[in-house]
Amino acid sequence: MPQIFHHSTNTLARVTIFGAAFLVAAALGAATLLDRSAYWTRQTEVLKQPVPFSHDHHVGGIGIDCRYCHTSVENAAFAGIPPTATCMNCHSQIWADSPTLEPVRESFRTGQPLRWARVTDLPDFVYFDHSIHVAKGIGCVECHGRIDRMPLTHMASPLQMRWCLDCHRHPEKRLRPRAEVFNVKWEPPANAEAMRAQLAEEYRVTSMTDCSTCHR
Amino acid sequence: MSESDRTDAARYWRGLEERTPDAALQAQLRPEFTPQADVAPQGLDRRHFMQVMGASFALAGLGACTRQPVEELVPYARPPEDLVPGRPLYFATALTLGGFASGVLVESHTGRPTKIEGNPEHPSSLGATDRFAQAALLDLYDPDRSRAVLHLQRIRSWEAFLQVLEPALEAQVPLQGAGLRILSGSSTSPTLAAQMQRIRARFPQARWHRYETVSRDGLRSATLAAFGRYVEVRYDFSQADVVVALDSDFLTTGPGCVRYAKDFMARRRVREGQYGMSRLYCIESTPSATGAVADHRLSLPPAQQLACAFALAFECGVHGTGVLGPAGAGDLEKWRQIIGLDLREHAGRSIVIAGDESPVELQALALAMNQRLGNLGRSVIVSEPIEVEPTSHIGSLRDLVQDMRAGQVELLLVLGGNPVYDAPADLDFTAAMAKVPLRAHLAFAEDETSENCHWHLPLAHELETWSDARAHDGTVSVMQPLIDPLFGGKSMHELLAVVAGDKERNGIDIVRRTWTERLGADFDTRWRRILHDGVVAGSEEPLLPLELQRDSLTQLFLGVASDLAPRLERRNDSLEVVFRVDPTVHDGRFANNGWLQELPKPWTRLTWDNAALLAPATAARLGLANEDMVELEQGTRKVRAPVWVLPGQPEDVVTLHLGYGRRRVGRVGTGAGFDAHPLRTSAGLVHASGLRLRPTGEQVKLACTQLQHAMEGRHLVREGSLSEFRDHPHFAQEMGHGVHAPTSLYPGFEYEGRAWGMVVDLGACTGCNACVVACNAENNIPVVGKAQVRKGREMHWLRIDRYFEGSAEDPRVVQQPVMCMHCENAPCEPVCPVGATSHGKEGLNEMVYNRCVGTRYCANNCPYKVRRFNFLQYADQETEVLKMLRNPDVTVRTRGVMEKCTYCVQRINQTRIQIKKEDRPLRDGEILTACQQVCPSDAIIFGDINDPNSKVAKLRQQPLHYGILEELNTRPRTTYLARVTNPNPERGAAAGHAGDVRGH
Amino acid sequence: MREMCVATETRTTADSPLVAPGHTTATVTDKIAAVVLQSTPRWFYPAFGASFGLLMLFMYAVTILFAKGVGIWGVNNPAGWGFAIVNFVWWIGIGHAGTLISAILLLLRQKWRQSINRFAEAMTLFAVACAGIYPILHLGRPWLAYWLFPYPATTGVWPQFRSPLIWDVFAISTYALVSLMFWYVGLIPDLATLRDRTQNRIARVVYGMMAMGWRGSAAHWHNHDTACILLAALATPLVVSVHSVVSLDFAAGLIPGWHATIFPPYFVAGAIFAGFAMVITLAIPLRAAFGLHDFITERHVRNMAKVMLATGLIVNYGYAIEIFIAWYSGNEYEQYMLTNRVLGPYRYIWYSLILCNVVATQFLWSAKVRSSAVAVWVVSMFINVGMWLERFVIVVTSLTRDFMPSAWGMYYPTRFDYFTFFGTIGLFLSLMFLFVRLLPMISIFEIRTLLPKARAKEKSA
Repeated sequence: MPQIFHHSTNTLARVTIFGAAFLVAAALGAATLLDRSAYWTRQTEVLKQPVPFSHDHHVGGIGIDCRYCHTSVENAAFAGIPPTATCMNCHSQIWADSPTLEPVRESFRTGQPLRWARVTDLPDFVYFDHSIHVAKGIGCVECHGRIDRMPLTHMASPLQMRWCLDCHRHPEKRLRPRAEVFNVKWEPPANAEAMRAQLAEEYRVTSMTDCSTCHR
Repeated sequence: MSESDRTDAARYWRGLEERTPDAALQAQLRPEFTPQADVAPQGLDRRHFMQVMGASFALAGLGACTRQPVEELVPYARPPEDLVPGRPLYFATALTLGGFASGVLVESHTGRPTKIEGNPEHPSSLGATDRFAQAALLDLYDPDRSRAVLHLQRIRSWEAFLQVLEPALEAQVPLQGAGLRILSGSSTSPTLAAQMQRIRARFPQARWHRYETVSRDGLRSATLAAFGRYVEVRYDFSQADVVVALDSDFLTTGPGCVRYAKDFMARRRVREGQYGMSRLYCIESTPSATGAVADHRLSLPPAQQLACAFALAFECGVHGTGVLGPAGAGDLEKWRQIIGLDLREHAGRSIVIAGDESPVELQALALAMNQRLGNLGRSVIVSEPIEVEPTSHIGSLRDLVQDMRAGQVELLLVLGGNPVYDAPADLDFTAAMAKVPLRAHLAFAEDETSENCHWHLPLAHELETWSDARAHDGTVSVMQPLIDPLFGGKSMHELLAVVAGDKERNGIDIVRRTWTERLGADFDTRWRRILHDGVVAGSEEPLLPLELQRDSLTQLFLGVASDLAPRLERRNDSLEVVFRVDPTVHDGRFANNGWLQELPKPWTRLTWDNAALLAPATAARLGLANEDMVELEQGTRKVRAPVWVLPGQPEDVVTLHLGYGRRRVGRVGTGAGFDAHPLRTSAGLVHASGLRLRPTGEQVKLACTQLQHAMEGRHLVREGSLSEFRDHPHFAQEMGHGVHAPTSLYPGFEYEGRAWGMVVDLGACTGCNACVVACNAENNIPVVGKAQVRKGREMHWLRIDRYFEGSAEDPRVVQQPVMCMHCENAPCEPVCPVGATSHGKEGLNEMVYNRCVGTRYCANNCPYKVRRFNFLQYADQETEVLKMLRNPDVTVRTRGVMEKCTYCVQRINQTRIQIKKEDRPLRDGEILTACQQVCPSDAIIFGDINDPNSKVAKLRQQPLHYGILEELNTRPRTTYLARVTNPNPERGAAAGHAGDVRGH
Repeated sequence: MREMCVATETRTTADSPLVAPGHTTATVTDKIAAVVLQSTPRWFYPAFGASFGLLMLFMYAVTILFAKGVGIWGVNNPAGWGFAIVNFVWWIGIGHAGTLISAILLLLRQKWRQSINRFAEAMTLFAVACAGIYPILHLGRPWLAYWLFPYPATTGVWPQFRSPLIWDVFAISTYALVSLMFWYVGLIPDLATLRDRTQNRIARVVYGMMAMGWRGSAAHWHNHDTACILLAALATPLVVSVHSVVSLDFAAGLIPGWHATIFPPYFVAGAIFAGFAMVITLAIPLRAAFGLHDFITERHVRNMAKVMLATGLIVNYGYAIEIFIAWYSGNEYEQYMLTNRVLGPYRYIWYSLILCNVVATQFLWSAKVRSSAVAVWVVSMFINVGMWLERFVIVVTSLTRDFMPSAWGMYYPTRFDYFTFFGTIGLFLSLMFLFVRLLPMISIFEIRTLLPKARAKEKSA
């Protein structure tokens, strides 16, 4: 009887069969990578803000302390976003008529708040408390990165659960003296290991990995 | 009780249980309000169906693959003072019911009240609250509240109303206000009193009428007869060794009930080596929550009950009570002697208390007995009236109706209340009111009365207004608003200020005016102090030394006795009807409150409905069973009601609860229950005879949360008499199988540091349900609606189990709060495929909602069945105003997720973080769970069982301490103290005791 | 192939032949291939239409389910599981016959299996497909079902391997995979036959591709047989393991009526029991429809009946032991579980279960019944129903009344429960109908080896 297939199809068949296997593997791999990519976590994405606020300038340049604006970082879960009034403390004099700051002045005039886009945003089922982390000697930069080098603010960490767990499983690795918590430029000394061990002891730092530590 | 009886009883209960409706009938459910729970795809046209289909398959496929959406951060433009974002503030204020205040502390998150707690400074609260105070929050955010001034159903402005009202008032001035009438509930507000004075000054002829369903008229007229004047009567249960309650539910309803429960239960707390305990007799005409905790409970029809009270009074030597001779049957005779003796032996240290709703004769008898026993001034305190201008409500209402009929009323202002719905039927209030040319109704939501008024004015919630009110002992509180009126409501004061023609027109000024007059010098500091404390220190009413007017009382008794005699003959052709306000929706004012609607009622465990309660024997005689529709006929008036067979209900007595069957009410209350008011006449406000009952052959579906009523001889609730406890204190632990030695191949987990545990004192629990509502409020627990409850899907994390023991006629009822046991060997944990529920280092059984995929395996494997599943999207995520209600510290669960009691882990975490920052150890009692904090009788104790000095650890050492289903080796962290009752040794056996509840 | 068949013990010849006399290789091939190649019989359309309708009902039910949640079913507290799990276990049980027949009977050299293994395997696959759907549907959040698979998640957490549900995931996916491969490998020679015989061009291409260039050379046959034996060896333990694992979903729980050590063997027996019942339920009508009495002979029916009787008796023993242990344990909860089954609100379900699985099975003792296709078919229908009821009793009756009387409840299936159940039956039948029309439902090449001619050749060899 006549041949249905040209015998080249044999090769074709083999390729497709084995190819399929590789294809599936590749797809899964791609998904895994995408899941961890900065695109997915918006890690490096700069969001559109009402005012192009520069931490680079205010922290790195002028050297304003974090707590000047984020007032409740030491005594509440929420670090606090400065009210317009805080901006106007300076900007009623400095750059008092800069067009870029018009939204700020308007907000101050009308009492209508500025609407910032949230850069560092945890899912709503995660209950993060700034005050305790600060109290235990975790520096701002551990999560927020070198904010003083960000002309426009973006997320510095993936904020994925395994990233949180890294630290929660071995908190001692990220410790610094309480005095240095808000010092973005702080570099660990040579004897970092020893110092951190000693700090962990002193601050009673424990590994908190119960689910209810963050989820309720 | 003998083996055979028990099996009989058991069979009997099964009989009830098997009456559960079958699937076919479920379909015919009349539409109920079920949030997001309409499972049938109504109005799903082809196009929409395709959309849904596409959407849902996409959802199913890609549901998880979503990037974090960009959210907004909105700081203040100018920050309010002393507000730390993310930190709640607490404000002291008060909530009133029937005019009486109970002090509360309200938790406020960035300006929105999210939780109500009791104010420890306040005498009626001492830190606890009742179920109504807890539920007030949901009322505040009720989306069905009226949002605008209405004139003939058309939206108008407040100013527009004033343009009508003020001329009308001017017109009244020359007439001295002869045509002006104000109708309200009773009030204790000093400000309101002052305003009334000013109104009188402007309109001497104007009249202020008062009416409430629970009027306490009986007590008022009784005091009038006893002392020749109105006085207030309050009780000090810490002084009482013997309490006789005549139809009184003093533990869970009425002014001061929270305080009463606390004091009463404090006198019944028995521990090893501490055996002092008071005794409670309940003689009631319908089962009440208080009756459920009584040591002896007599359930009698009203007439017999009154006769019994007479006999008792005679036994105590009250004048003019002998005429009736021996009280009915032989058994009653014995009871008379026993209780009488007990009372006389504890003269001066006893209380005879009649219910708020009880008629004058019962109240008078109680007063007379207390006087004769020398309780007055000791355990029973008589003081100046606390209400403003006390008066007989029914009399006051009758006058108003007459005047309106006679056309003498030209301007009627109804402040709150809902007379069109709840006025006695025979007065025909609605028709009379129609004769009034100008009628305005200030009300929380549009209701039956506002329908019949020209003007409907939105009333502001108590959490939105300035006011003041007095506690059951007279202590004054100033009420401050937590939030601006959400829907622009006005307070009574603001309306009355207009009537009085004052220049202060807004709440704060009005209240301040009263207090500037009262406080005088150094106003600001004292004012701030009052607002901060929530009470005016030392403002309670002192006790009033008064002599009882024996003659007038004797007259009253003789009169009552003479026409009581005929009532005592039982006529089988007709029944007696007893009216009570509903234990959960009260007089109907809470009909639109989902938390209260879904709250299982004591004894019946019914939700979303009221029913005609019948004794099993009566039901059997009439051939009726649960959910049978009957027609009730009183004279010419008819009402259709479903039957509920209630063990412990006196024979031939039908109990009807008021507050249901509202015709004009929000989405929640619509279609719930039936309206019993048509049967209620001004002559028979409390009870009436001659009720006829006719089966209709129809059936309706009721939502009962407990289908099985017998304990099946399982040792869940353990109970013993005081003598038994004294003889062998460990009786509770000897019941049941005890714990097996923990056998495991693996070493057990060592709990260093803290280990959370909870002990529930069954002896102290009154079953008042406050804890259940508190749990709802604290943990964002959704309301699911009647249809879902009927499917067995109520979401309450904390339920109160109720079991009957003994005969159907005279059962004993035991109650048991059940929440997650946080087992150390939790059966739910190993079965979860994704580890969504796991064990914390401090022994919490943790539930991670965001990890749950909803296999429901954990709930299946939970022997206590305390896990709750979101079968549908129960939490309302659309209604904006309800979003303000949520506790921001607790995740709002979506559909398909399991949830359960967490020991209020959010509170634990907050305190843990706090003490870590302060670097100090935990103080015992520093963390209170929501249920514990609200409990009036301190029946729930939570703490660290690893700290030997903590309360909870100590209780776990008590001989009464036991855990349920311990034989499964679950090692529960929530455990119980067995209930100890104090039956009269004379009658211990007959009354049915310890032995029964062991039920082998 | 040859090697394998040489070993055929002559015992089989003693019994009546497995293929009606007078058949040659050609006639066998014609007759079986005809089922696929001839034009569609008239009855096919309504039959297929009906089952396809049911399938659409299933799609509807599932759409509403995804849109609204499992609340549209009758599940509640305390009955967290209902029809979904009942159906799941039922289908999985049915899915056991195929692999058993193909694998174990192959290793046991039971030649009579050769005419029924093909569609028994097909049935297995389709049953497993139906079963596999339920665990996903019954999830509260089905779109997260993939969390049950161990993969490196960004959460840094893994599934909990202590949970029987995770064991299910592995057991069932493995089983499905192996059954599929086994079935396909077995099909290859027949696909080639169809490729060579069909007149239709497209069909020829499709069959050609699926036949993967089979030419029936000695080398081909050799690889093919090795593959068969290997897969059989792989599949054999699965037959036992899968339903054991499924039974652990219950046995690992502590609910009275679940927490029993006898579950694994008793479930496996039940599965084979149910599986053979379903094979018969399908085989006898198909045989009639396509006139295949020559290949599926009375002897096949008799053998299958015997298997059903044997496994049925094991199941009955399971029931007996459950009752005995409940009494013997002296555990009040176990004892109540028993009284509840017999006297509780669901007693009628239990009575019908006994009627179907205990009483009906006993008829198979009689040789007369066994040799009447109709009678055996009726019994098999009883068993299909009975096995479903058994799972209902285990799941629902146990859950609705466990430890805390206050939490006892009732389970009432809603219309969506029924839609989903009948829906999967529709899915199953639709697949079945497509199968018989598109693939040879009896293994042609294996039947050929049963022909006297073949045997003679083997003898001479």
